[in-house]
Amino acid sequence: MKSLKVKRSRGERIFTVFNYIFLSLIMLLCLYPVWYVVAASFSNSNMLTQHTGLLLKPVGWSTDAYSKVFRNPMIVRGYFNTLFVLVVGVTLDIIMTALGAYFLSRRRVLFKKPIMILIMFTMFFSGGMIPFYLNLKDLQLRDSLWGLILPFMISTYNLVILKTSFESIPESLIEAAQIDGAGHVTILSQVVLPLSKAILAVMVLYYGVAIWNSWFWASAIIRTRELYPLQVILREILMQNDVTSMTTGVGTMDQESVAMTIKYATIVVATVPILCVYPFLQKHFAKGTIAGAVKE
Amino acid sequence: MKELSLFDKVKKDWMRNKSLYIMVLPVLIFFILFHYKPMYGAIIAFKDYTPALGIAESPWVGLENFSRFFSSVYFGRLIRNTILLSVYSLIFGFPAPIILALLLNEVRSKKFKGLTQTVTYLPHFISMIVVTGMLVDFSMTSGLFNDIIELFGGERSPLLQNPDLYRTIYVASGIWQEAGWGSIIYLSALSGVDSQLYEAAQIDGAGKWKQLLNVTLPGIMPTIVIMFILKMGTLMNMGYEKTILLYNPATYETADIISSYIYRIGLLDQDWSYSTAIGLFNSVINFALLLITNKLARKCGETSLW
Repeated sequence: MKSLKVKRSRGERIFTVFNYIFLSLIMLLCLYPVWYVVAASFSNSNMLTQHTGLLLKPVGWSTDAYSKVFRNPMIVRGYFNTLFVLVVGVTLDIIMTALGAYFLSRRRVLFKKPIMILIMFTMFFSGGMIPFYLNLKDLQLRDSLWGLILPFMISTYNLVILKTSFESIPESLIEAAQIDGAGHVTILSQVVLPLSKAILAVMVLYYGVAIWNSWFWASAIIRTRELYPLQVILREILMQNDVTSMTTGVGTMDQESVAMTIKYATIVVATVPILCVYPFLQKHFAKGTIAGAVKE
Repeated sequence: MKELSLFDKVKKDWMRNKSLYIMVLPVLIFFILFHYKPMYGAIIAFKDYTPALGIAESPWVGLENFSRFFSSVYFGRLIRNTILLSVYSLIFGFPAPIILALLLNEVRSKKFKGLTQTVTYLPHFISMIVVTGMLVDFSMTSGLFNDIIELFGGERSPLLQNPDLYRTIYVASGIWQEAGWGSIIYLSALSGVDSQLYEAAQIDGAGKWKQLLNVTLPGIMPTIVIMFILKMGTLMNMGYEKTILLYNPATYETADIISSYIYRIGLLDQDWSYSTAIGLFNSVINFALLLITNKLARKCGETSLW
């Protein structure tokens, strides 16, 4: 029998070469801005101001900016506020999402359909930003870190993804546990969750990243500066050029150039933790997409 | 078997699933408190709301807030900017992850493929504050973008102060941030295409291009259609976060969109009822768009959201 393997044509080989080159360029495009920020943050601030053109490595070498960033009490505070919201928030998010997803994945439940509709409807319609804000005010969740946790416990998208994943667990396993006399809480915690480790890891990442990177509602409802999460502080530093508190004692001529390296160092400090985590979960990301989930 | 009455049915269901209903109770409370209560609160769009009187006691004003918006000088500008930014993002942003996925699918080296994925996912994980912060810095007269422009013989200028460039910067940075992440869904659809179909096509003498048109694209078409419906449904639902961080009074002309306007007059100027009315108008349009696209998709093919 003739081999089915077709010899690759000249055109295909040319395509392959260009494909690799093109994808490499895309990678460069994704990485370079990040590299620029890292290189600039380790640069000598005076030399950086004078430097023009592409930055391939730090100009001069200085960790000045970092020592200023870590000595800034607001940034340290912001880190701890974000960590608190992250740990408490992700825990509650996962518990609540799992409870909802487990309920919706069960069969022969009379009121499943109406509850499903009630939940899904929120993906397509909302009261809007202002009623949401007035509601937080009404519930006295303003100016408290709980206001950044409780209203965002369940993302309906994540709930639907988790429900679809739970539905793929063989019903026989759950029935077997029921015959052994296990209640729903036991089945969820001892059977369903242990079988869903990969998707749960992805959920933790999704919720975690959302919390780590969120700033809007914090800037809208938090008045006390001591409660600011990291991103809000970062915003002040990046957008409002508010680096005076860190550069006091430095001559005014120097201030601007110091400011730039501090900006970049703050970005690095606030971004690196996330970038260290996601590659480890990469192979599970496909499980966490909505496309397979939206259609019943 | 005798038909059970409704009461018996409910009773039987409660006996059987009591603990399930107790488990879902906190979830229901969450949705009622943080989704449905604000929906009720949206009725202040038809009222003259003052915090002192509260939602229930504030006087009704009918459609006054809506007609104020429709006759506002900003109405045309906001609708235009929202639609244009959205449509440009769709035209240029929608194909990007599909093309990336198709190219990645042709890569044989597992290592190279994995590396490309890791690197292209990276921008998705960078916070909006940082992305816009970098854009603002790079766009300054002394910034990286201007360094590059000068390198190619152009002239330095503050790019983010220029309303003509705003949409380009907004859309391009959006693609930079989300194309890699968006390709995941298409890659998983691509891996589901039956490999026997490719073999059959090869036996029939189809080249790569023919295989793409006749096997690959039809194979991932349902995914493309679903993603397109989802995008169309959010056509008028432009997020405010990036806009608020990126625009400035110099670029309002092309940058200001419905949601950022709601933010300014609602949260900053505290014109509660008026801003809620604009938000409600926006939500209703979004919902209608979603229903329409879903219906169209159902008519054209078998793929739809529900």
